[in-house]
Amino acid sequence: MYQYDQYDQAMVDARVAEFRDQTERRIKGELTEDQFKPLRLMNGLYLQLHAYMLRVAIPYGTLSSAQMRMLAHIARKYDKDYGHFTTRQNIQYNWIKLEDAPDILADLATVEMHAIQTSGNCIRNISSDQFAGAAADEIADPRPWAELLRQWSSFHPEFSYLPRKFKIAVIASDEDRAAMRLHDIGIQLVHNDAGELGAKFFVGGGMGRTPMVAPEIRDFVPADELIHYAEACLRVYNRYGRRDNKYKARIKILVHELGKDEYIRQVEEEFAHMRTLGLNPPVEELARISAYFTDPAFDASAPDTVDLSDPDFRIWVEQNTHAHKQPGYAIVNISLKPVGGIPGDASSGQIDLMADLAETYSFDELRVTHAQNIVLPHVRKADLYAIWQKLDEAGLAAANLDLIGDMIACPGLDYCSLANARSIPVAQKISQRFADQQRQKELGELKLKISGCINACGHHHAGHIGILGVDRKGTENYQLLLGGSGAEDVSLGKITGPGFDEDGIVDAIEKVTSIYLESREEGERFVDTYRRIGMDPFKEALYG
Amino acid sequence: MADPHLRFRDDEPTEEPAVTLDAFLEQSNATAVRLESDEDARLLLPYLDRLSLIEIGFPVFGDGRGYSAAQILRESGYAGELRAQGDVLVDQLAYLRRCGFDSFAPEHAIAPEAAKAALERYPQVYQATSEGRSPVWALRHAGKTA
Amino acid sequence: MKLLTGNDLKTGAVTWWTGSDWSIHVEDAVDVGDAGEAILRAEEGARRVNVPYVIDAEATADGPRPAHIKERIRALGPTVRPDLTLKPADPAIGNWVI
Repeated sequence: MYQYDQYDQAMVDARVAEFRDQTERRIKGELTEDQFKPLRLMNGLYLQLHAYMLRVAIPYGTLSSAQMRMLAHIARKYDKDYGHFTTRQNIQYNWIKLEDAPDILADLATVEMHAIQTSGNCIRNISSDQFAGAAADEIADPRPWAELLRQWSSFHPEFSYLPRKFKIAVIASDEDRAAMRLHDIGIQLVHNDAGELGAKFFVGGGMGRTPMVAPEIRDFVPADELIHYAEACLRVYNRYGRRDNKYKARIKILVHELGKDEYIRQVEEEFAHMRTLGLNPPVEELARISAYFTDPAFDASAPDTVDLSDPDFRIWVEQNTHAHKQPGYAIVNISLKPVGGIPGDASSGQIDLMADLAETYSFDELRVTHAQNIVLPHVRKADLYAIWQKLDEAGLAAANLDLIGDMIACPGLDYCSLANARSIPVAQKISQRFADQQRQKELGELKLKISGCINACGHHHAGHIGILGVDRKGTENYQLLLGGSGAEDVSLGKITGPGFDEDGIVDAIEKVTSIYLESREEGERFVDTYRRIGMDPFKEALYG
Repeated sequence: MADPHLRFRDDEPTEEPAVTLDAFLEQSNATAVRLESDEDARLLLPYLDRLSLIEIGFPVFGDGRGYSAAQILRESGYAGELRAQGDVLVDQLAYLRRCGFDSFAPEHAIAPEAAKAALERYPQVYQATSEGRSPVWALRHAGKTA
Repeated sequence: MKLLTGNDLKTGAVTWWTGSDWSIHVEDAVDVGDAGEAILRAEEGARRVNVPYVIDAEATADGPRPAHIKERIRALGPTVRPDLTLKPADPAIGNWVI
């Protein structure tokens, strides 16, 4: 994985000093909250329901065991001993004091970490495929491109006061494991006819109040024009994105209102201009970064079989491990969704354990997924049993990857000042109702996603089943959506009808899953059956 | 009028008042013009060699359109004074400079020492901008261009 | 009744106006009536609180109970981590919030 050179380190150190100065000025009263707020947001510091909340960046979801240990240290020293992994591959701490924030950033900087631009109207964490560098279906590792974009977007002087936040995802396979089409810019690495590697650009996706799937804007941008093209896309947005209405300020609204063709025309015009300016790093820079992402020293003689005689171990291997491109190896998915637990939360002890496992068994590397789980990307099959035993002891061995138990839930009204309803208790109740492993397996792949408000941090529009918490005359109410997907079969969920109270929504999930079981044909997942039979049979079951 | 402590040019400031964009485009002899945050900088491109001052308004510091306007003007060769006026805080100075602004007329005074500290905070930059400073990628691969 | 609430500037802790000071315990909060805006402006200026605002609450035997669930969650802590709330040992506290 990428390692900072002196320049990268100097940037982060300077940022720490800058923020320390800004924080002191705030505490002394030289800055008002209105003046300070955008500055602290650009360092990932929110003022939330219970305290300040800090969102630490985990660039494209990749981190080392040393970095993971620092995250545990921060939880212990400055917070209440746990952290929350997010749907953008970052981590959040809920109980931060402003007066500690500069020290936290200083600690993070010692392991090449930061909270730069994890909030604010700027370019956010670049996300990517959690299986990058390990999956057989990628045409190249997308992360060097993500790193190039990360540096380009960090402290970008022209694009730090955008109309709204800006999220970019980069993948390199046809299977979309990063919800790429639901980002402001989604990039898929592709080969052109000459066999050269380049980027296909999708612009204008997003969830929130007006969910949209990003249309394709350009089918090929070569490596040495990537930055020019990204600059062009951003400049058109910075100049013409709406600033009159916060809820219409994302680039998806601009692309929609201009129309895809007009947006393309404006970008191409700007791109033609940008290309004359020499802003693009030379291909040697991408090559330099790529050198950090070569394969680890795989053991070519690693045995490719696993002893599955332990039935619980077998269930976990079958559900939570994914095929690796290298024979003898597997990708391990660590579920942060224990039955009845808080999705995405991990204690400092669990974080330390995962760091240890990565160091011992996964070439020192971990990933965070947008489904709020953790991945050990390069594990010898021979080591799976030892890993599983340690995970099981620590409550991290739920064998529910991509099953209903593997639900995404935003922090919701228990933590977030933007929320209208609590999302975690709903997740816990559903998790308990469907706790039985056989039952989950019977239901198969079922991506359940829960948001506590329209901002959709729980990605409810992209759930096979989505739940949206709303405030209905002062009480919490839950709307049900069906048929969304954030994968390559991208689609936006459709609301079923009137909402439910907390117990009602759990029953509603039972009803719709029953309809699925009754109606499905061979090989159909829940979302496939829904797409075939439509909304009516589900509505009938829900509302009579 | 720029704060004299926040003017980074060697020449004398113009004494001409900055006219509005509409007025400028109608009359042909003004040499100082003001762009509001929602006005198109490219409309000035045919006249850059005649202009000695372009002032760009920042009604609120969160309105970042002026940064792109400045870049566009500098990228097209504008060499006169480029002034950021309005809700400009010390925390925006460094980015504004890198986008090509060389003078500042903030609504609330900025102490010169604070300005200096802000402008010197980051020894290196990741991006090539109109300001011309070598970005980190150029330092890493000295001698090569895209 | 009307309560004045905010967050402590340095620690971020949720605070309630007691009439003369700020407390993390909503039981200490007083009814500010119509005077909320004036108090909050003065206190914010003195940096004794961050982003204060006025909320509705009902007076109960146990003290003020904020009208909206969000404010009750702020007063107490996350419903899903009773151990992290201001009343970890109180088994009935869930009913107070919800």
